[in-house]
Amino acid sequence: MRRLAPFLISCLLLLGWPSAAHAFCGFYVGKADTKLFNKASQVVLVRDGDKTALTMANDFRGEMKEFALVVPVPTVLKREQIEISDKAVIDHLDAYSAPRLVEYFDGDPCMRTDYDRMMTLGGAPRPQAMAAPAGARAKALGVTIEAQYTVGEYDILILSALESSGLETWLRENGYKMPQGASAVLGSYIKQNLKFFVARVNLKEQAKSGFTFLRPLRVSYESPKFMLPIRLGTVNADGPQDLVILALSRKGRIETTNYMTVKLPTGQEIPTYVKGEFGPFYKAMFAEQVRKENMRAVFVEYGWDMGWCDPCAADPLSSDELKKLGVSWLDGEAAVNPQARRPQFMPGGGGTNAYVTRLHVRYDAAHFPEDLVFQETANRENFQGRYVLRHPWKGDSKCEAVDAYRRSLSERQEREAQTLAWLTGWNIDEIRKKAGATAQKIGDLGGRSLWAWLFLD
Amino acid sequence: MKRPDPRVFQIVSLGSLLVYGMAIRGFEVTPARALLLLATALATQWACARAAGVGFEAKSALISGLSLCLLLRTNSAALAALTAVVTIASKFVFRFRGKHVFNPTNVGIVLMMLATGQVWVSPGQWGNVALLAFLIVCLGSLVVNRAARGDVTVAFLGFWSMTLVARALRLGDPLTIPLHQLQSGALLLFAFFMISDPKTTPDSRAGRILFAALVAWGAWYVQFKLFRPNGLLWSLAAVSLLVPLIDRLLPGSRYDWRAPRPTQRRHDAPPRSVPDLMPASAGVA
Repeated sequence: MRRLAPFLISCLLLLGWPSAAHAFCGFYVGKADTKLFNKASQVVLVRDGDKTALTMANDFRGEMKEFALVVPVPTVLKREQIEISDKAVIDHLDAYSAPRLVEYFDGDPCMRTDYDRMMTLGGAPRPQAMAAPAGARAKALGVTIEAQYTVGEYDILILSALESSGLETWLRENGYKMPQGASAVLGSYIKQNLKFFVARVNLKEQAKSGFTFLRPLRVSYESPKFMLPIRLGTVNADGPQDLVILALSRKGRIETTNYMTVKLPTGQEIPTYVKGEFGPFYKAMFAEQVRKENMRAVFVEYGWDMGWCDPCAADPLSSDELKKLGVSWLDGEAAVNPQARRPQFMPGGGGTNAYVTRLHVRYDAAHFPEDLVFQETANRENFQGRYVLRHPWKGDSKCEAVDAYRRSLSERQEREAQTLAWLTGWNIDEIRKKAGATAQKIGDLGGRSLWAWLFLD
Repeated sequence: MKRPDPRVFQIVSLGSLLVYGMAIRGFEVTPARALLLLATALATQWACARAAGVGFEAKSALISGLSLCLLLRTNSAALAALTAVVTIASKFVFRFRGKHVFNPTNVGIVLMMLATGQVWVSPGQWGNVALLAFLIVCLGSLVVNRAARGDVTVAFLGFWSMTLVARALRLGDPLTIPLHQLQSGALLLFAFFMISDPKTTPDSRAGRILFAALVAWGAWYVQFKLFRPNGLLWSLAAVSLLVPLIDRLLPGSRYDWRAPRPTQRRHDAPPRSVPDLMPASAGVA
């Protein structure tokens, strides 16, 4: 029996591989490639006026025949409104907008120059599951198969229904394992006049395609409804889920109107040992911020004009890539707004006149009873989740400034420890211990720091 | 004993909410932006009062300015200032038989959203923190009671709650959904500080209840039929156009900030200094 993953249900978000970090007067330090958020899904949401393109990233790793997807959509989709998208482009957008860790290196206090470099947290999207079609009994159950297509490796049905029990029965009879309690939600969507986009894998086409993974699906439609249906995914869900929304718009930042949209803390200096633990750090920080907002907020991780970046976690997307995600307003516009460019950070092929908002929400039915409703604002202010490591100077120059530097360093390191504790909810003593251990190593090169003296045996 | 002017309570309430929003909730408004809005509102009030040959009234302008700080969002300082000008000037321009047609803040924001597309309102900025809701209700009650416009607030909240609950029942949704929709800080601010503006609501109680019902219906239409954000603001602006008609059908006595509770006015109440011409409205959040 196919397992149904109603839209936006359990996937895994991996720490990704940001492509070479150019830009930024430094060098790329590393990648975080451990699993980060469990039960996370990722979508790309492109909005221009009433036009929406929704790409559902998919890294389903189970049996292909088990894959099933049911998504409520506002209109009956025509064949040309459904397309296979390019996973590499989504990964690129993900890497571009990922929260980042930036390193600075204190210079010789006798001769100040700082260096920096950066690493990022990229989230590769994960899969979903999907379901099956079928025929003549539909009518008897009040289910209408409005359309039926094979797109790439997917068999797709667009269903409308008169009432939820009929739809639920039809889905069950066709091998979709509906969670208990889904009926009420389906009923609500039916009464809101939504249709159902149902997809499963066509094994023959899948074999022909030669791909070993399922490619993302993109649906485009025109409707004033600007929302993401999350309710089906919360029915009977085993704990909260994460959703990362990569939104692209012409005018400016996307925000939720029925939930608070808040920016994550950013620009904080934290102890340098976090470099080896960026994944756990980010995960803990996100969890702590969710807790502080009583799990009732949608978080902004990134908001930027796609024409540039500073620092760039990855190149901005090219016009071609944006088109693949459903950005349709670039024709006739200069591919790149030259004013927006910061030459040192503009890779070749460049960005475009599109604004990207990366939203991250952790939700469950208790805290997010309603679907997410969005609005596009004219806000073009730039924002990025960025965390700063400042490595102490390790040299052995001698001058008056060195003593002052060492004194300020210990204060700074204490401040960094406190910031980290505040951001993540981690125990301050543990942090001091770990940061102290790092400081001691530095001490081997540059003399034992006051920090080490204070916090080590 | 002389009753204190309700606008003083209003200024204190809105000021507190603004400080709370900026300090705790991270509202996207800087102190510089807030100062710009307040200064522009005051300056416009002064200029308009001079042009109209009436006395300068700072309280109403301050209320409008504070309301803009709470609601108006834009990247452009010039557009922010222009909105403040439009807001205050609307009191002098859109008048019908000596009464403002629109709540100034409401019409200022709505006109600028329509005309420029570069200003917006973030209804989600308040979240639905119970404590904040409680604060708004307490402060707001003080204001509407002093201004004797509690009826329109209560009526509106009643109609709006019924609308949301009815929608949930029709769709078979759990009641957690309308409850979540009602816990919105933006809704409470609207109900206690904007729709209750005594200078733009109908004169009679029956008229005000009808007005509240129409605003609730309009907001429902915008939000759940047209699927557009800020239904409350659009609806209030549209329904305000009907107020002269409502006043005609259901007449009552005109509100005066200096003599609240007009139906109970005593003989020794101070006379109006510049009756009907003094643009003393509270433009509220």
